[in-house]
Amino acid sequence: MKQFLAFVKKEFFHILRDPRTMLILLAMPVVQILLFGFALSTDVQNVRVAILTPKTTVDVNRIAFCLGQTSHFDFWGYLHTETDADSLLRNGLADAVLAFNGAPTPQHPFGKEVCIILNGADPNTASMQNTYIAQMIQNTLLRMQEEKGESRPKVQAGIRLLYNPQMKSSYNFVPGIMGMIMILICAMMTSVAIVREKETGTMEILLVSPMKPLVIMVAKMVPYFLLACVNLATILLLARYVLDIPIAGSLFWIIAISLIYILLALAFGLLISTLVETQVAAMLISAIVLMMPIILLSGMIFPRESMPSILQYVSNIIPTTWYISAMRKLMIQGVDISAVIKELCILSGTLATILFAAVHKFKIRLE
Amino acid sequence: MENVIEVNNLCKRFGDFTAVDHISFHVCKGEIFGFLGANGAGKTTAMRMLCGLSFPTEGEGRVAGFDISREAEQVKRHIGHMSQKFSLYEDLTVRENIRLYAGIYGVPDKETTERMESLLRKLDFSGEGDTLVAALPLGWKQKLAFSVSIFHRPEVVFLDEPTGGVDPTTRRQFWEMIYEAAAAGITVFVTTHYMDEAEYCDRVSIMVDGRIEALDSPGRLKEQFGVGTMGGVFDHLARKAKRGE
Repeated sequence: MKQFLAFVKKEFFHILRDPRTMLILLAMPVVQILLFGFALSTDVQNVRVAILTPKTTVDVNRIAFCLGQTSHFDFWGYLHTETDADSLLRNGLADAVLAFNGAPTPQHPFGKEVCIILNGADPNTASMQNTYIAQMIQNTLLRMQEEKGESRPKVQAGIRLLYNPQMKSSYNFVPGIMGMIMILICAMMTSVAIVREKETGTMEILLVSPMKPLVIMVAKMVPYFLLACVNLATILLLARYVLDIPIAGSLFWIIAISLIYILLALAFGLLISTLVETQVAAMLISAIVLMMPIILLSGMIFPRESMPSILQYVSNIIPTTWYISAMRKLMIQGVDISAVIKELCILSGTLATILFAAVHKFKIRLE
Repeated sequence: MENVIEVNNLCKRFGDFTAVDHISFHVCKGEIFGFLGANGAGKTTAMRMLCGLSFPTEGEGRVAGFDISREAEQVKRHIGHMSQKFSLYEDLTVRENIRLYAGIYGVPDKETTERMESLLRKLDFSGEGDTLVAALPLGWKQKLAFSVSIFHRPEVVFLDEPTGGVDPTTRRQFWEMIYEAAAAGITVFVTTHYMDEAEYCDRVSIMVDGRIEALDSPGRLKEQFGVGTMGGVFDHLARKAKRGE
């Protein structure tokens, strides 16, 4: 036990004395959460809309007023020719143009047809903007009809967004970032830390010492496990109190599943460290074999549903996919643990497999 | 005299390749035993077996009274080791390094503090106790690494080319430390490429192609081969080697 503590202490010295490691371990999770939460959001915010109309009427003014009212839009101003609209969009002065064709009449307050002109270079954003603008026009029209005493249409499709009524993208990102950060800290940093000892030759000395190899490994993982727990707490607190994401489900299960996932990431780190000899190799393997698929395929950023089916299969074998799915269900939807049993089983199963492989491989290396 | 290392017909094969081919020898307590051989002669493999890092394919050996195949854990507890690669932690201070190894070998805390302070005084390191090891000159690091390897008072210390890359003055000081350790009853098992260092050993063995081709005191070896220096003896034997580097 004394051996073990002496060793854990040494491991903490390594981490605390290396500013780069400290930066990655402690600052990165915070920076990423804040970046994804505020800056890199796909929310529709401050879209600059210009209105192209042959004549400015009270009704058209009303639309302009509505645009200025919400935080989604900024009203740019009125245009009167198509060339103006075109050059405005080309020069990037506005994001969208709302075009009213034909002279307004009492029956058709916005002319014969309404057209939304958008920048299709970024299709995702354009389609989001389209939805928002169309809905805004729809609402304004309905209100105008009501005011005139006309009855609403009999059947109307209403939309109710569950779990994330404001459609904040941070709801989607936070579980993804948790999935990525843990792999980064636990798998990458641990594998690099273990391989560093091989490179500097200190591993040889440790193996000659009476310390059992398994004890060495566990002692090396303890500090990273603790740091990952600190990060988990930081991320959850930031998500709850800075990004205002309600933690809807059971906190106990969120933490329990996260701990399983942290152990899984540590096992990955251990496995990588048994396969390679240099820190650079450990870093590359972590980055290419672990990080890339996680960022691209786990559903962290891009929805799994829109991937080709072959990539969906690949996505299924990435443990992070299941972790993110479990976190979304627990944190955002607030479902009961019975709804994430599948994810829990897959993560536990993978943990057992990877851990077995890593320990097995490690023993072989010693003899 | 008591034998600290005893080896009988020790063999290690990797597939078809016999790295160590039936070697037998013994080392007495307090002796300085030079273990020479060209690169690839099987020195490192033999030493790994003696340290309990690698299981012998055949034969048997006892180090500090424990069987190297069956009691590897006990062997590890009673030996010290210093490798050719510098093996202290650069980002730890001198005192932290000593405390770490003392902790790993289970030296009680109180004893650690006493021994550490007297060691630092002896090495003239008193002012450097809280310096990061990375900031020390190479010669100092090697001396410190040796002191750390015998800090837990092992019965045998294995030194794997301990003086590689060190200047002559420091090498001489280093050998003074080895003599001191031997005088205190620690058996020293040392590999080296420097033939003048071979002259400092009590007895020397020379390995060629996995076998021990000569084993005696430097004086008698020179007499036996009719040459004036250990370098001459080594060249004479190494020329017979069939294995390359």
